[in-house]
Amino acid sequence: MTTLTPVLTENWDKPDSFTLDGYGDYSAARKALGMDPDAIIQAVKDSGLRGRGGAGFPTGMKWGFIPQGDGKPHYLVVNADESEPGTCKDIPLMMANPHALVEGVIITSYAIRANHAFIYVRGEVLHVIRRLRAAVQEAYEKGYLGSDIFGSGYDLELVVHSGAGAYICGEETALLDSLEGYRGQPRLKPPFPAVAGLYACPTVINNVESVASVPSIVANGAAWFASMGTEKSKGFGIFSLSGHVTRPGQYEAPLGITLRELLDMAGGIREGHRLKFWTPGGSSTPIFTEEHLDVPLDFESVGAKGSMLGTRALQIFDETTCVVRAVLRWTEFYAHESCGKCTPCREGTYWLKQVLKRLEKGQGTEEDLSTITDIADNILGRSFCALGDGATSPIHSSVKHFRDEYLKHFEIGGCPFDPAASTVWGKA
Amino acid sequence: MTYAPEVRERLERDAKEIIGRYPKSRSALLPLLHLVQSEDGYVSDDGQEFCAEMLGLTKAEVVGVSTFYTMYKRKPAGQYHVGVCINTLCAVMGGDQIWEELTEHVGVGHDETTADGKISLERLECNAACDFAPVMMVNWEFFDNQTPASAKQLVDDLRDGKDVAPTRGPKKLCTFKEASRVLAGMSDGLAGDGPSAAGPSLEGLRLAKEKGWSKPPREGAE
Repeated sequence: MTTLTPVLTENWDKPDSFTLDGYGDYSAARKALGMDPDAIIQAVKDSGLRGRGGAGFPTGMKWGFIPQGDGKPHYLVVNADESEPGTCKDIPLMMANPHALVEGVIITSYAIRANHAFIYVRGEVLHVIRRLRAAVQEAYEKGYLGSDIFGSGYDLELVVHSGAGAYICGEETALLDSLEGYRGQPRLKPPFPAVAGLYACPTVINNVESVASVPSIVANGAAWFASMGTEKSKGFGIFSLSGHVTRPGQYEAPLGITLRELLDMAGGIREGHRLKFWTPGGSSTPIFTEEHLDVPLDFESVGAKGSMLGTRALQIFDETTCVVRAVLRWTEFYAHESCGKCTPCREGTYWLKQVLKRLEKGQGTEEDLSTITDIADNILGRSFCALGDGATSPIHSSVKHFRDEYLKHFEIGGCPFDPAASTVWGKA
Repeated sequence: MTYAPEVRERLERDAKEIIGRYPKSRSALLPLLHLVQSEDGYVSDDGQEFCAEMLGLTKAEVVGVSTFYTMYKRKPAGQYHVGVCINTLCAVMGGDQIWEELTEHVGVGHDETTADGKISLERLECNAACDFAPVMMVNWEFFDNQTPASAKQLVDDLRDGKDVAPTRGPKKLCTFKEASRVLAGMSDGLAGDGPSAAGPSLEGLRLAKEKGWSKPPREGAE
């Protein structure tokens, strides 16, 4: 049986966890700044840490792509633009434990030889922004940021930068454009940010949870981290359960835990109901059903079953939920958030929305099902960035698993579900 | 330029401090737009002109950016900007019903402000608090686990000038303009208010403690 392994969440129940007193003395950063930067990169490679923002790219390898001795400034940019529907781990992490992130920023920046780092946090989370700024301020006052940190001769400036409401800015190159003061639209790759990122200089962009995990690797060792998780998906991660579960919340566990195990911990599906469908890692990951309860939640196993681990945002829906309604709403989200740069995504999400609206009202035809999958086929792999690809996941997976439910809508000329039954206060 | 000289002077002082944080000045554009929003309650014409002047950009360049981001309001937001999450999970858990009843109760729709300027409403996309669904935000502070009744009560209290506290945030809700100033990068000294974490955020930790589960021992510690 898999058990929980609180690392990043370990101090969240302390009333002062967001202050230095409640966090600790940055001993991992102190240790790191006495090390050769390349040794830190090697340790993170050895740990097997993979990006916690969804894509799962090996973190140490990403750091290793930064050219050294190139005479250019290097930058670290933390992607704290958490906006993927269902994803709600980085926000409580930065609210309760911002120093883990700041300490991770120091170690990461030192490893990649950056003297300037940014935390790009979505703007819609005011108190999280306050907590981050206060933590950065405290770190400056203690001499953990600024010049000659720990007397090592190493200098680092850290700026907390608020976004302004745009899901696309979670795409790393759109984030860079936004941070440079432009509309947040993705850039053509290559060149990759490691070569030409912020201000056309070598830049590492890492997710909050990835960076916040680094101090624990430096403090406890790469082998310690790698002792958790599965063969290719090492370490721990925060699993966020939401929706029709008895005790939704944040569960920090080794990668490879299953939804069945997590549901056991969370008291199961809400009383009197049963699981219908769920997302393994946010709305951009194809939906799963009851048959996937025992899939190990690691990058490989979830991928092998046709979805993606993503951000471990487990949105759970019971049998009262209309899958067509769910998919329509996600599709409206993607249409709203499409940045407009490329045609397949801009036009495709717009038309998907129109057809799905018709289907949900029971005014569609069986041909509409071919239309939405055809539109999705024309977005997937043809759009400029992953937003468009993500928009097709709910479409393809819902038609695959719940074709009959789509058909039912136009057989009876409306939605067969009562939306009141799926609410928190709804009666079974 | 229609800002009064003392306002202009204050804004310039703040703007210069913000610009000084960045290696390249244009990076300060998003914060500066939040800053002018903290003065005017929206991104005004004067405000955009001010940003352009401070950063050596054309006004068209500034407008091109401000219109891309949904947090920049093109007409005055209410003193309390109230958002209801209507993305799938919150919608299913009751957000749709909350929105319907609230918009009816307040008498304004999406991106509209009441005549007294107190309340504006917005249909929000996911605000990263799904384990607290259905979620509402007021001036970008969390109001977790809402119901149609609690939502209407909340708005009534705000209109009546009662003190209202977010679920996870400061003891007292600040105004939309005050919130915008924090977003611009200025401190209001309230970071210490409110819990570290609450409710669902602590479920996993609570269970781990109850069961005696923990992370493995440090390398070489055994």
